[in-house]
Amino acid sequence: MKHISFAKLLLASACIAAPMAFAAPLQAATPANMLVIANRIDDITSVDPAEIFEFAGSDMARNIYDKLVMFDPLHLEKGYGPGLAESWTISEDGKTFTFKMRKGIKFHSGNPVTARDAAWSLQRAVILKMTPSFILTQFGFNKDNAKEVIKAVDDETLVITTDKKYATSFVLNCLTATIGGIIDSKLAMEHEKDGDMGHDWLKTHTAGSGAFTLKVWKPNESYTLDRVDGYWRGNVAMKRVIVRHIPESATQRLLLEKGDIDVARNLSPEDMAAVAAKDGLAVDKELRGRIMYFAMNQKDPILSKPKVRTAMKYLADYDGMVNSFLKGQYAVHQAFLPRTYMGELADKPYKLDIAKAKSLLAEAGYADGFKVEMIVRNAQERVEIAQSLQNTFAKAGIKSTIQTGTGKQILGIYRARKHQIYVGAWGPDYPDPHTNADTFASNPDNRDEAKLTGKLAWRNSWDIPEMTKETKAAVQETDRDKRAAMYVKIQKEHQKTSPFAIMFQKIEPLGRRANVKNFVMGGAISAAYYWKVTK
Amino acid sequence: MTSAIEETELERRTNASPLPRILKNLTGSVLSIALTMIGLLAVTFIIGRVMPIDPVLAVVGDKASKEVYDAAYKAMGLDRPLLVQFLIYLKDVATGNFGVSTLTARPVAEDIARVFPATLELATIATLLGVVIGVPAGVIAAIKKGSWIDQLIRLVGLFGYSMPVFWLGLMGLLIFYGKLDWVAGPGRVDVFYDDIVPYVTGMILIDSLLAGEFDIFFNAISHIILPAFLLGYYSLAYISRMTRSFMLEQLGQEYITTARVKGLSEFTVIWKHGLRNVMVPLITVIALSYAALLEGSVLTESIFAWPGIGQYITIALFSADMAAVLGGTVVIGVVFIALNLFSDLLYKIVDPRAR
Repeated sequence: MKHISFAKLLLASACIAAPMAFAAPLQAATPANMLVIANRIDDITSVDPAEIFEFAGSDMARNIYDKLVMFDPLHLEKGYGPGLAESWTISEDGKTFTFKMRKGIKFHSGNPVTARDAAWSLQRAVILKMTPSFILTQFGFNKDNAKEVIKAVDDETLVITTDKKYATSFVLNCLTATIGGIIDSKLAMEHEKDGDMGHDWLKTHTAGSGAFTLKVWKPNESYTLDRVDGYWRGNVAMKRVIVRHIPESATQRLLLEKGDIDVARNLSPEDMAAVAAKDGLAVDKELRGRIMYFAMNQKDPILSKPKVRTAMKYLADYDGMVNSFLKGQYAVHQAFLPRTYMGELADKPYKLDIAKAKSLLAEAGYADGFKVEMIVRNAQERVEIAQSLQNTFAKAGIKSTIQTGTGKQILGIYRARKHQIYVGAWGPDYPDPHTNADTFASNPDNRDEAKLTGKLAWRNSWDIPEMTKETKAAVQETDRDKRAAMYVKIQKEHQKTSPFAIMFQKIEPLGRRANVKNFVMGGAISAAYYWKVTK
Repeated sequence: MTSAIEETELERRTNASPLPRILKNLTGSVLSIALTMIGLLAVTFIIGRVMPIDPVLAVVGDKASKEVYDAAYKAMGLDRPLLVQFLIYLKDVATGNFGVSTLTARPVAEDIARVFPATLELATIATLLGVVIGVPAGVIAAIKKGSWIDQLIRLVGLFGYSMPVFWLGLMGLLIFYGKLDWVAGPGRVDVFYDDIVPYVTGMILIDSLLAGEFDIFFNAISHIILPAFLLGYYSLAYISRMTRSFMLEQLGQEYITTARVKGLSEFTVIWKHGLRNVMVPLITVIALSYAALLEGSVLTESIFAWPGIGQYITIALFSADMAAVLGGTVVIGVVFIALNLFSDLLYKIVDPRAR
């Protein structure tokens, strides 16, 4: 066999590599009718509205699927308004909602949008019973009665009957959630497999009537939306929207500065400050729905003492944190409903007060403090919050250790009620106060075997029969003002007695090219809207 | 003197058909590969199951009710004994079914066909750079042992070893993309070129050439060059150090002195005789370095938004997406085995004694 000279091999390799060193980059600037966004999108695991429950997926679905009732992106404060349903009436007993569908609207496939599609979509969400299904099943819908209580009388009339009277705003707000997306039933059923109502196909394909259609979704990499011409709500300036998975803040900033992206969604405070100072770039901030808190398990003999709970709330350096490592990312907020929600409470009764905390601890019999463990997901801001708490707890003699882990590890402990103190976040599921009231202030069965893992009050073994009743009453109150007042009252009580120290509400900053206008992240109540964006 | 019986035996062995020997070797190799793969899968499977991560939560989310959770638990087959779960998995893998990723909602095989070519492309160019620069650098360092050139090459190598890839990547981006504008930014191509080239190999450089899309080819080069140089630098540091060490050993051998005494030029002595004799260990070093890059570099992929297998497996691991983790493990196992076989083949080409 002929020997191959190694020197020749090297020479050949050099010849291949050399042109690469001279490869000039092509000029990159996003076209005027294309919006390129950098975001972390690795939480998208499905594009089926019956299954989507995370932030990035909700952003995507919001632009593909229309709902019966919808928000105006530029006027979120006005609340819901007509969407695919142009009007609705409510029966005298408050249990039957009759929706009249808007005429002449088509799905991306060309099929007309009818009340039958709307009924099928909502029935499907109930029957498939995926994680977000509770948003609909809380009205008494279930697999067996779904086709009876959600039905189309004809192509234009949809009737929904709830099991009891609920606040109108509660029902309609829930229909604005991602799970309320109306699906092209004909197209989806063409892909049905083993009675899955098209779920397997809809996990990776879309069949909506929104401003955009999904061109491609490459998990953990990007997704591309293409404009649907003639969108019924108005002109859509962007012909294409590309969302790229760029996990690093520094990388997002570089891309933004170079003009390779139009919007950066995950900039760190340092990068945000640099972007704000640069010509041609701008920064927006929106108050989002996420609440940051720490919770004390009431199974713990020390943490279950009311004075210890109160003392702990005086041992968080709220202002110190938002003025340092959380600057621009969070605002101090101490009630379970995010600001901008109906019934919001702006009171901030707690601040760092070591002397008061010590005194309360002494009254509770713990003048020398005690030992406690905090569990926290290994995300930078959460770990830093836990460290700050560790530092301020120590000033009152409380020796705390921090156990970090992946989100799934820590949540596993939390859901099993095996923690002492949990430091973490909670985001509302739909734009109605009941979403947070039901988890923070309701616990119908405190037994372990009840396994009400979706309720934070249960996770912390907080037995609150009275507050649970009040929460239930609030969700059935039809008078809007009275209902708001009820939530304010519950939150005031919650602030005083609960094992939750609610600390912050998320502010989401966004870096953008200055020519990008009307990019709405969705505030505290919704998700991102791309169809109003102009450049 | 050899006896008649011994002569007959020798003759029989010499004239015997090589087929049984080849078959025996082949059977041995296949068995060995199969056992290695099963062992690898078993270990990964057990680690995946004993990790304190709840795979059901990854699917249903934090807010799922008990009913939803229980339904998913059953649907994922987690109610069965561990051994049964593993055997079912093995049976599926044997038929080419790696399962469906809970994170991407797609078959794992489809995911891997998407992410592995990205890593393969990057690792191949990086290794090429590592070899093209690292081997000559190592040889020169050995020839000039103790000189400033040697010290410089060692220093560059040491820098490559010690600098965090995260920092180096960001600095590279800042300087060559942000300031000098010599290369394109993160990603495999500019967004306007996304999804234009039809998928053939999954490697954008090759697919764009096959499609005759030369603009995209050059754009892809401008995107890959920086991450490839970064990874190539780490590869280079390792290869140059090992080459230096191997060459120093060879340069002290008698055959080198003999070659010089015979009047051969210094170039021939070093680059032909010396280098040829270090090729066997060097091939092992290069193969190992290449295999390490083919596992994917999570940090590099993260900084350069490079959708490769490293990031895929890491995200899957943290979300307890075991179908994806096991699928990725199989690919990496196959890569290591394939590179081992390839190295064996190369030994035989460069060293007649190994045939």
